[in-house]
Amino acid sequence: MSEPDLTPRARTRDRVAASLRRRYRAERRFRAYGIGAVAIGLLFVVFVFYTIISKGYPAFLQTYVQLDVDYSAELLDPEGKRATADLESADYQALIKAALRERFPEVTERAELRKLYALISSGADLTLRNRVLSDPGRIGKRESVWLLAKDQVDLLAKGEVDRSLPESQRNIDDQAIGWVDRLRAEHRLETRFNVAFFRNGDSREPEQAGVWGAVVGSFFTLVVTLGLSFPIGVAAAVYLEEFAKRSRFTDLIEVNINNLAAVPSIVFGLLGLAMFIQFFGLPRSAPLVGGLVLTLMTLPTIIITSRAALKAVPPSIREAALGMGASRVQTMLHHVLPLAMPGMLTGAIIGMARALGESAPLLMIGMVAFVADVPKSLSSAATVLPVQVYLWSSSPERAFVERTSGAIIVLLAFLLIMNAAAVFLRSRFERRW
Amino acid sequence: MGDNTSSAAVRTSLTAVPASGAQAGFTTRTVGEVVVPNPVMSARAVNVYYGDKHAIKDVSLDIGRNAVIALIGPSGCGKSTFLRSLNRMNDTIEAARITGSITLDGEDIYDRQQDVVQLRARVGMVFQKPNPFPKSIYENIAYGPRIHGLVASRADLDEIVQTSLQKAGLWEEVKDRLDHSGTSLSGGQQQRLCIARAIAVDPEVILMDEPCSALDPIATARIEDLIDELRQNYTIVIVTHNMQQAARVSQRTAYFHLGDLIEVGPTEQIFTNPGHKLTEDYITGRFG
Ligand SMILES: Nc1ncnc2c1ncn2[C@@H]1O[C@H](COP(=O)(O)OP(=O)(O)OP(=O)(O)O)[C@@H](O)[C@H]1O
Ligand SMILES: [Mg+2]
Repeated sequence: MSEPDLTPRARTRDRVAASLRRRYRAERRFRAYGIGAVAIGLLFVVFVFYTIISKGYPAFLQTYVQLDVDYSAELLDPEGKRATADLESADYQALIKAALRERFPEVTERAELRKLYALISSGADLTLRNRVLSDPGRIGKRESVWLLAKDQVDLLAKGEVDRSLPESQRNIDDQAIGWVDRLRAEHRLETRFNVAFFRNGDSREPEQAGVWGAVVGSFFTLVVTLGLSFPIGVAAAVYLEEFAKRSRFTDLIEVNINNLAAVPSIVFGLLGLAMFIQFFGLPRSAPLVGGLVLTLMTLPTIIITSRAALKAVPPSIREAALGMGASRVQTMLHHVLPLAMPGMLTGAIIGMARALGESAPLLMIGMVAFVADVPKSLSSAATVLPVQVYLWSSSPERAFVERTSGAIIVLLAFLLIMNAAAVFLRSRFERRW
Repeated sequence: MGDNTSSAAVRTSLTAVPASGAQAGFTTRTVGEVVVPNPVMSARAVNVYYGDKHAIKDVSLDIGRNAVIALIGPSGCGKSTFLRSLNRMNDTIEAARITGSITLDGEDIYDRQQDVVQLRARVGMVFQKPNPFPKSIYENIAYGPRIHGLVASRADLDEIVQTSLQKAGLWEEVKDRLDHSGTSLSGGQQQRLCIARAIAVDPEVILMDEPCSALDPIATARIEDLIDELRQNYTIVIVTHNMQQAARVSQRTAYFHLGDLIEVGPTEQIFTNPGHKLTEDYITGRFG
């Protein structure tokens, strides 16, 4: 076999062998591009999560200061009647001020005293008021109480203030830093998990501001959105997919639904403002109106995904049911809808996730107002998580920076949970037939 | 088969055939006896259109009681279309349109008064691809009796499920796993499940559209045996591409060609001594 094999078949073989290397190289290159693309995507995700979490986690911590409070009867209840109305309107700030003066007796000058009083949050008196109201027997006694620290103190305690900066560029001066350090040395300063962040509504004071108001607002809004858009969307999809005869009219509807899905969300906000608030006279800033607007926005998405889910149900199932003598509605309810439901729910959850992250249309209908109270009903003034993020991000206080990121973390957590639910539903109910 | 000695007698034209239905008051170009005594169903001058497409052309045919009739013919000739017009499954196709009349026990099934739901309970259907519901075996059988309100109690339903599965020859194989999904069965078992599901509502007629085309020879043989047993109590219309199958299970055979019903007659005669050139060409394998 020393002669080179020159038959056509051998030549083909050689050529294939030569091209093989090229093919493998191309394949490797292609795979490298793919991995590169995925890596870049992942990198961005990691980067986003890293910045948000590293900035936002301090929002979940809050500094408290322990003071020995003297529930002085003269200050609280000079008439000694222990009437609830009197106790409610008493000046608890004065107790805190007295306790601070007692702890730092060397401070006497007016300006310095004001600075000293500013170590404790202006909302801390509520803590004392609640304690007294729950047990009036405390009056006349002394007690050690942990009180909410002011945002500057909180930032300092969490190491977020650069002490090397010149005093004029810090929002806490050297004297106050000295007091804080002294409190810490005496173990009267503590950083704990920030329960209030998850329990309070918005506030002008960063240390009292929480996301709960926005969470409840978002919840109410989404309840309205889901409650309206899911049944309406599914009914529309079922009608269009299963019952409507194809005609120019249904084609027109279809085109319009697809177009609606692409309309920028802020336009729905303007529509909601004109229709629900100005025409129907519904209250401004209310989750009810927010939900209605978001319903308009998510409806096309839900209709489109529901129709896709219905289309995915094999026709043989419909034929089987119809062949058994089931009516069209029975076929729909007993067989097609249950099979399409996971797909529809997935679509609904994804639609809800979008609605949860939506802020632009809600700004239009006044959900951007400052609302300190946690909303109680669908018509009370409220804001939602993404709008809360927006509001805090434009607040001047430095302490709101970490709260902005904290709120983003909460928002992302909800979004992740919803998307995970969608994935779970899809895999759990995926059927083979 | 195809042992055809008298080919001179085979007609080559579709025209000028003495109408076997002449005395019954209608004309037909079909060779052979389209009329049988005391039929369950009878189609008269049926035309089916899909939009502009004329899929069934002026077909008249009686379906005899407690017998198996096989519909054969080349692909696209309209067998399924004709079959599906017998229980109005064509209604589900928007473009489909039908003229002529089809009666079940003398009542026009396309009459306004006729309820399709009731019709399909009386004329059941088994499809080419086994299509059990993605529910339990029990639920598959119980569905029909339940929606038609045939049972008063759970015990009745259990009874129907059991007898239906027994009639379909599936009981022994599935009696311990009635709660398993119908889709977890093998193809042949699924098809028998579909037959059991059809007979659970005790129809008069069962339509079968190529019920064995997705099955292996053993499963096919089981279904054929089953069809033979079911003939005692049910009328069966079966579409098949398998000549041997048609010869084995049916008593009458109808040959369709491009929407025309060319010939109908006793199965033995169709296979041994066809009356029309096209029938002969088809069963001897010259086309189709
Ligand atoms: N839904 C439909 N819309 C339009 N035309 C159709 C439709 N269904 C069938 N047809 C046409 O009607 C004619 C008859 O179809 P049919 O399905 O009845 O044939 P068949 O004899 O059952 O064929 P096969 O043996 O391949 O199943 C064919 O030409 C087909 O193209
Ligand atoms: Mg067919």
